[in-house]
Amino acid sequence: MESRFRLLFLVIFAFGFSGCAATKNLFGFGEEETPPPAEIPEGQVIEPEVERREIKEPEIDSEDFELGAFIGVMSIEDFGSGVVYGARLAYHVTEGFFVEGSVGQSEGGLTSFEILSGGAPLLSNSERTLTYYNLNVGYNILPGEGFIGKGRAYNTALYISAGLGSTRFAGDDRFTVNFGAGYRFLLNDSIALHVDFRDHLFDIDLLGEEKTAHNLEGSLGVTWFF
Amino acid sequence: MSERNITTILSTSRSINALIIAVLVVVLTQAPTTAIAQAAGEYRTVSVAEPYLEMHTGPGRGYPVFHVVDRGDSVEILMRRTDWFQVRAPDGAVGWVDRAQMERTLQTTGSEIVFAEADQEDFTNAKWELGVLAGDFGGANIISLYGGYSLNPNVSIEVWGSQILGNFSNGWTGSVNLTHETWPDWRISPFFTLGTGVIHTEPKSTIIQGEDRTDQIAHAGAGFRVYATRRFILRAEYKSYVVFTSRDDNEEVEEWKVGFAFFF
Repeated sequence: MESRFRLLFLVIFAFGFSGCAATKNLFGFGEEETPPPAEIPEGQVIEPEVERREIKEPEIDSEDFELGAFIGVMSIEDFGSGVVYGARLAYHVTEGFFVEGSVGQSEGGLTSFEILSGGAPLLSNSERTLTYYNLNVGYNILPGEGFIGKGRAYNTALYISAGLGSTRFAGDDRFTVNFGAGYRFLLNDSIALHVDFRDHLFDIDLLGEEKTAHNLEGSLGVTWFF
Repeated sequence: MSERNITTILSTSRSINALIIAVLVVVLTQAPTTAIAQAAGEYRTVSVAEPYLEMHTGPGRGYPVFHVVDRGDSVEILMRRTDWFQVRAPDGAVGWVDRAQMERTLQTTGSEIVFAEADQEDFTNAKWELGVLAGDFGGANIISLYGGYSLNPNVSIEVWGSQILGNFSNGWTGSVNLTHETWPDWRISPFFTLGTGVIHTEPKSTIIQGEDRTDQIAHAGAGFRVYATRRFILRAEYKSYVVFTSRDDNEEVEEWKVGFAFFF
């Protein structure tokens, strides 16, 4: 019961305090102060107010999103390497920064222990499937151009990204930190090729004591800007 | 005295809206519309009002200027990427021009152009918000996704879904809360929040004892929303949870999170 009272007091405090500071703003229901209309001085040509008017002319196609798929190799610590594949969606916030989300899946093999002992497997087949999602922030650290031959130039960028996510492996969801770098090569203004290297770190206690597993991933991808 | 007409062009970054509803719908609809627009040659044309317009080889500050368009000539705007516009010059050259230069061009009617850009005012008045936060939930890691709708600049309703990843148990929470921003027009805007929901916990597979549980939760908290750039918000918050367990005592959990969000 005590905790409910504490919660109640916290709520009263929170809303009460905000009320004291700006009572008229509480819930925004107070009177709104409308500033007196500014007098336009004689001879002013441009009105300072920007009129927001819907127009029928074609809108400009804004291409800040990047969606694509990737395939590569992922090394799962103690469980060998397997093919990894997945999808990626990025949003370019500025010419430098982007945010991205990825999902991927790979398959772990047998540990050395399982092979050498010949005993019962540690994991069932479904538990060997590794799936992950992550949410990253990235930065185009070295934007530039790549030249093929004398007459062709392609826009490129070396980028770094890092973020958080979750990995499902060996029967549990595991909090996962990932970081890496990649190279984006734009074939034209809408299609890009990616080479990406990434380390996924999560804690695992399957083989006795808990340790941080490094799971390296290298992939090739194709993305489409829209 | 002639009054100059300023037009604001809305770019299709509004498709963020649609994207959140369904990425695939956007993907499927965007392609045909772009194709139609290109087929019909329906590009917006503007004329250069400054002595010249600089065209870069790529959409970024570092890319070299390879072409200039003289005053009075007109260019077609093919597309936009972040703050860069891809344009086609009268001689067919295609390159990228930054927003500052594009805003000094004129429409074919002679009126000025302002390219719609989210700013701090939109940060205060935007209706919808979507974001991700991560942090600590009573010693466990938590990753959260939320969507918010503003009833007015001060009060908004938010729906949260979180994944909890701990050493001994995993789980998820779903909650609905009301937030109140006392000074929504500040760049760093503090808020208070109050809400309720459910928490589901399941012990890790390596721990034998324990069973899955679903309990009701209530929470109160406070935090900051910070306007970063364009449609981007940084957010940090603290919440105090009470878990109404079926046992004799209720549990209390403290949560700290930081993350980012978009408004639209």
